[in-house]
Amino acid sequence: MTKLFRSEWASRVIDALLPVFAALAALLVGAVMLWLLKANPMQAYGALWDGAFGSANAFAETLVKATPLLLVALGICISFRGDVINIGGEGQMIVGALAATWVGLAFTNWPGWLVITLSLLAGFAGGALWGGIAGYLKAYFKVNEILSTVMMNAIAVQLMNFLLRGPMIDPDFAERSAKIPESARLPDAFQLPRLAPTRLHLGILIAVVLAFVVYFLLWRTTLGYRIRAVGQNVFASRYAGIKVSRYIVTALLLSGAFAGLAGAIQVFGVNYRMITDGSATGFTGSAGFNGIVAALFGQLHPLLSIPASILFGALLVGANSMQRVVQVPSALVTVLNGVVVVFVVSSEIWRRRRQRQRLAAAGAQAEAKSETDENLRTTEAQP
Amino acid sequence: MKKFGLFLALVLSLLLVLAACGPAATPEPAAEEPAAEEPAAEPFRVAVILPSAINDYAFSQSMYDGLVAIQEEMGGPDNFEFVYSENMFVVDDAAAALRDYASQGFDLVIAHGSQYGSSLQEIAPDFPDVSFAWGTTVDTFGQPNIFAYEAASDEGGYVNGVLAATISTSKIIGLVMPIETGDAKLYVDGFTAGVAATDPNATVSVTYTGSFSDTALAAEAASTHIAAGTDVLSGTSQMVVGAIGKAEEAGVPWFASDANQAPLAPSVIVDSQVYHWEVILKQMIDLINAGTLGGQSFAINLANGGEVIEYNPDYPLPADVKALGDSTVQGIIDGSITISTTAE
Amino acid sequence: MIENLFSLTVLVGILASGIRLATPYLFAAIGETFGQRSGVLNLGVEGQMLLGAFAAFYVAITTGNLWLALLVALIVGALMGLAMAFVTVNLHAQQGISGIGFYLFGLGLSDLLFQKMLGTVETVNGFPKIHIPVLSDIPGIGEIFFSQNVLVYIAFALVPIAWFVLNKTTLGLKIRAVGENPDAADSLGVSVARVRYFTIILGGTLSGMAGASLSIALLNVFQQNMTSGLGFIAVALVYFGAWSPWGVMAGSLLFSLVNSLQLWIQVKGVAIPSEIAVMMPYVLTILVLVVTVKRVRAPAALTRPFERES
Repeated sequence: MTKLFRSEWASRVIDALLPVFAALAALLVGAVMLWLLKANPMQAYGALWDGAFGSANAFAETLVKATPLLLVALGICISFRGDVINIGGEGQMIVGALAATWVGLAFTNWPGWLVITLSLLAGFAGGALWGGIAGYLKAYFKVNEILSTVMMNAIAVQLMNFLLRGPMIDPDFAERSAKIPESARLPDAFQLPRLAPTRLHLGILIAVVLAFVVYFLLWRTTLGYRIRAVGQNVFASRYAGIKVSRYIVTALLLSGAFAGLAGAIQVFGVNYRMITDGSATGFTGSAGFNGIVAALFGQLHPLLSIPASILFGALLVGANSMQRVVQVPSALVTVLNGVVVVFVVSSEIWRRRRQRQRLAAAGAQAEAKSETDENLRTTEAQP
Repeated sequence: MKKFGLFLALVLSLLLVLAACGPAATPEPAAEEPAAEEPAAEPFRVAVILPSAINDYAFSQSMYDGLVAIQEEMGGPDNFEFVYSENMFVVDDAAAALRDYASQGFDLVIAHGSQYGSSLQEIAPDFPDVSFAWGTTVDTFGQPNIFAYEAASDEGGYVNGVLAATISTSKIIGLVMPIETGDAKLYVDGFTAGVAATDPNATVSVTYTGSFSDTALAAEAASTHIAAGTDVLSGTSQMVVGAIGKAEEAGVPWFASDANQAPLAPSVIVDSQVYHWEVILKQMIDLINAGTLGGQSFAINLANGGEVIEYNPDYPLPADVKALGDSTVQGIIDGSITISTTAE
Repeated sequence: MIENLFSLTVLVGILASGIRLATPYLFAAIGETFGQRSGVLNLGVEGQMLLGAFAAFYVAITTGNLWLALLVALIVGALMGLAMAFVTVNLHAQQGISGIGFYLFGLGLSDLLFQKMLGTVETVNGFPKIHIPVLSDIPGIGEIFFSQNVLVYIAFALVPIAWFVLNKTTLGLKIRAVGENPDAADSLGVSVARVRYFTIILGGTLSGMAGASLSIALLNVFQQNMTSGLGFIAVALVYFGAWSPWGVMAGSLLFSLVNSLQLWIQVKGVAIPSEIAVMMPYVLTILVLVVTVKRVRAPAALTRPFERES
């Protein structure tokens, strides 16, 4: 037993490091491109590392970047486990942020802790609404969620632009002819507390705590069990008496809610107002999209999503700093992200192979241990 | 066994988080050291954050071109050095870049986009020795180290509107615009006022694509204007290149803005309202060298040469219309023409 | 004003521009249909389109040969498809996410190549509008149907061809079998891998063509991120069309017609906020799907990598 324990440990460590190796391989490809662009790859990657981990401030930036990624990723863990492909994170973040901002600006006389709590809840609810609509349409009208979430992203952007230039625009800016699509600034009392003299704010702790909550929800509650059951086999679930439609709606609702919370936290923790350049990315920084990648790097596991989000956040932050130091076009950074994603997702095959070998070994050792089987099955990153 | 793996992942990530909270107590002293006065010899160093690409034929390119112009004028990189971050459309990333640049001891850090304002408001007080500039706005947040700058794009819009109303025969003029805020709105207001002042019966119809980058929709918007009887078009932002193509195809004159777009369609571009940011950047640099790091607000306009109506020599604009354009420019400069944009 | 909208000019305008706008969606969505029918979801369409658009534009501007430009765009799209096929078929990579990777790759690389090889926005003489003699002179109808550029006709001609291939040929049968039940197909001697390679490469090729239709036929320029989300809409339209080429065509036309309608609404000065107008095609696409009856379900093996049990 101890021997098995040890070898399994080693095997798991390798598994955990596999995406890191894949990312390093991708950076090697990037090095060639950098060299072709007449930039020094060593200097460039030095800048990437420094930008992400080089100083307390750099690491704080990485965590700030990772916060929305992690929150979106938690939602993705829920929905993809339920076999619902939510690519509406961008729109859900926007609607959540709009709801939270509205609450924050409506009750300026109330105590800070209360308004922050209410606003974050509003963000949660706003995202839940936007995700829930897609879920409702899927469950009861058979409207595919990829279609509805893509379309609702676009709708959310226009909603945001409309509200931020009209009803929710900063009155200071509205008075001048040059209007900026942004809301008024939140009172100082409503800002999420900073954790250090950097931009690092309470959001990261909220996200990490919620990762545990989602873990508990998915594996320790009936609700979570049923969402996963529906995700694994709709017909069997229906046969077992699970109301499939209800859990499809719930999966998308929760998924949207976490994205909405991510949007709210961006407003209350980073910008202190809702601001955009007129596009979704301008506000979200593509976190609604990148969160999907982070979740899948974390094997759709809420707790593994924590390091996955931090590493992905580090890549994004570091790549920007690389652009600054060696003055490579920002397009290269995008290419690099793409290559990293493809390489990491491709490396999954080796992890799955090892997992299967372990499963076989475990099966031979202790057939009766059905719980192991259950655990292994649920870590399969197969939405 | 499974749980140990999870536990490990957890502990690691928690440690990471704590590591960031803990020792970060030292705010970086980096800004202090290199900013210390070292007269002459050292080049003047500028860093700029641009929302789109340096070759976008629009807002970002105008700033890039301005910096290049200053560099040439001041005698090359030995005397004037600048670095840029382009495509910083994510406000949050821009904030990180601003902070980074500020801590590297640049003499001037430019945030070229009004969406960067709130980030700057946070960052500038932490770097009292660094000068910042941001636009387009008039708001320095009352900080002694922030310059504000804007473009009076309504002025160029007004001139374009006057000319458009004059050469239009159908008296229907179309505008292809991105979103209904900021400089775009200002341009529309100026343009509409120019048209109304010239020919009260002419109508201006405006389409917004809801995006800065939807080239296909912008092109179709231009086609739609043309099908609806428009015989003069204008528009702003980087997406209009497709729309200009449609204008060229149909032989419909186009009034350009931001950068000189004549090379795109020499046969239909009448003129371009071109931004010359170097005019006000030079004033800022002089102030910084004299020890004033901010607190003032600048505008490029027709009067100070920061905005120039550049005619396309290939477009056969009648001499009397061109004369009208020149007199309109003159009128705006000497104040005999005031642009009454109806404030909403 | 709203009453201005009811005129022949507007109707003709909406139809003519709706058909133009639908063209890139059609190419990309039909390609995606093939992929999905064989069980592969490709979210990287947008990246393939951008690379195709750049390739076509670059060849067109340097050689002036439009057909060569189109061919190169198809090859570039096919190569992207090949890479995608290797990753999804051989490496069993999770399809949604690898698609996102390829999207980012194409988005960045097309921009990078553009900056290094051209550097500035230029225009090119693309495929001209074909004026079919006599027919194109018919008022209204002529403008709508008989004076578009050649790629528009190719796009619409692809619809019946794709339908025929999918439903009436052995190849189509294999594609559908692989998408519904790869194990059964495999046991009957159909090579799941080969079929999926074929459909993914075909999808890439058509995405490349969609890109080319923008850069050398409809817009005649190249710009970074010029597709701005078009590829994702195309993927969504495959679901709208319930994996049938005719349905995909209906979806593309609906979305595009409403898009040109909203432009007309703005041009005619109907007093609604521009954002509401811009939202219309997205809202209506969902609404139409809500009220129509849908019997077709997704290919059963969609997004599932195939691994032979052994």
